[in-house]
Amino acid sequence: MAVIKKKKDKALPAVNTSALPDIVFMLLFFFMVATVMREVDLKVSVNKPQATEIQKLERKSLVTYIYAGSPRAKYQDKFGKTPRIQLNDAFASIDDLQPFVVQEREAKAEEDRPMMTMSIKADKTVKMGLISDIKLELRKAQAYKINYSSLQPKDAEALYSSDN
Amino acid sequence: MARNKRAIPEINAGSMADIAFLLLIFYLVTTTMDTDKGINRKLPPIEDELTQEPPPIKERNIFTVLVNSNDQLLVEDEYLEINELRAKAMEFIDNNGDGSCEYCKGYGVSSSSDNPVKAVISLQNDRGTSYGMYVKVQNELVAAYEDLRERYAEEEYGRSYRGMDPEEDEEIIKEIKNAYQQKISEAEPLNIGG
Repeated sequence: MAVIKKKKDKALPAVNTSALPDIVFMLLFFFMVATVMREVDLKVSVNKPQATEIQKLERKSLVTYIYAGSPRAKYQDKFGKTPRIQLNDAFASIDDLQPFVVQEREAKAEEDRPMMTMSIKADKTVKMGLISDIKLELRKAQAYKINYSSLQPKDAEALYSSDN
Repeated sequence: MARNKRAIPEINAGSMADIAFLLLIFYLVTTTMDTDKGINRKLPPIEDELTQEPPPIKERNIFTVLVNSNDQLLVEDEYLEINELRAKAMEFIDNNGDGSCEYCKGYGVSSSSDNPVKAVISLQNDRGTSYGMYVKVQNELVAAYEDLRERYAEEEYGRSYRGMDPEEDEEIIKEIKNAYQQKISEAEPLNIGG
């Protein structure tokens, strides 16, 4: 005979939350894998220019960064406000660039060397004199693939505005 | 032994979620998801001595773009605003002066380029030009070529050039790039405006 249970307990049963840690861990692992920790401590302020015809830099391991801009406020009493180059974690002069490129190239696998890209991350207020010097040094060091790091503008108006 | 008989109490895992949340929030905050993007360019190798004279290029096939230290543009001896540069460059590349380019839509003006293969854009800036302006000019010139390629792809293949897969459509992309070859030459910067 069918037994009809009496519903004594009208209260809703507690939601089973035992899978919650699993979900959270899943998210955690996703972010841990996707995260790129900032490797260098930026000593120069870089406000990138805007451009529309930009391409993604595919393989991070092939990219070497060159930063150029005015030193940040806390370094200004020591280094002044003139735009400078930063390589890795330190300020550098233009003469350091060539050995730096050679050293970076040596550190890469043989087959990857021709694909090495130099990404120039410069502030948009930097004068072209400095950038030209960097470009000349790169040519001397036979690093011909370069990338002018830029941001995607929000709209066309932002692209053509004079303060950009 | 008496000690062994005692059951080990289960570890309370109730706060595991809290710990995981804490770590999750840490990673959420420190993550920088921005992928690096930029304009790809190739520098020319240094040649100590020119072994041979560079081939002569007719004046009409050169599109000169000068940028001075005040970030002003002089294009083909004319003052121009940055937002007019793209159209002007496209008009030059697409001019088709000698009529050999079948897909061009230019006016065939005698003072402008012969065909897209011969057309060369020459860019020269001052050492005082700002980097922002330089990137903007570069961007407009690259965009001029990209827009022409886009139009060509639409007409020949009925597809968007920018939407093509670099691996799948390798041949087509090569074909399109060949139709409008990007020829941007950069001269050594001047040093007038300091």
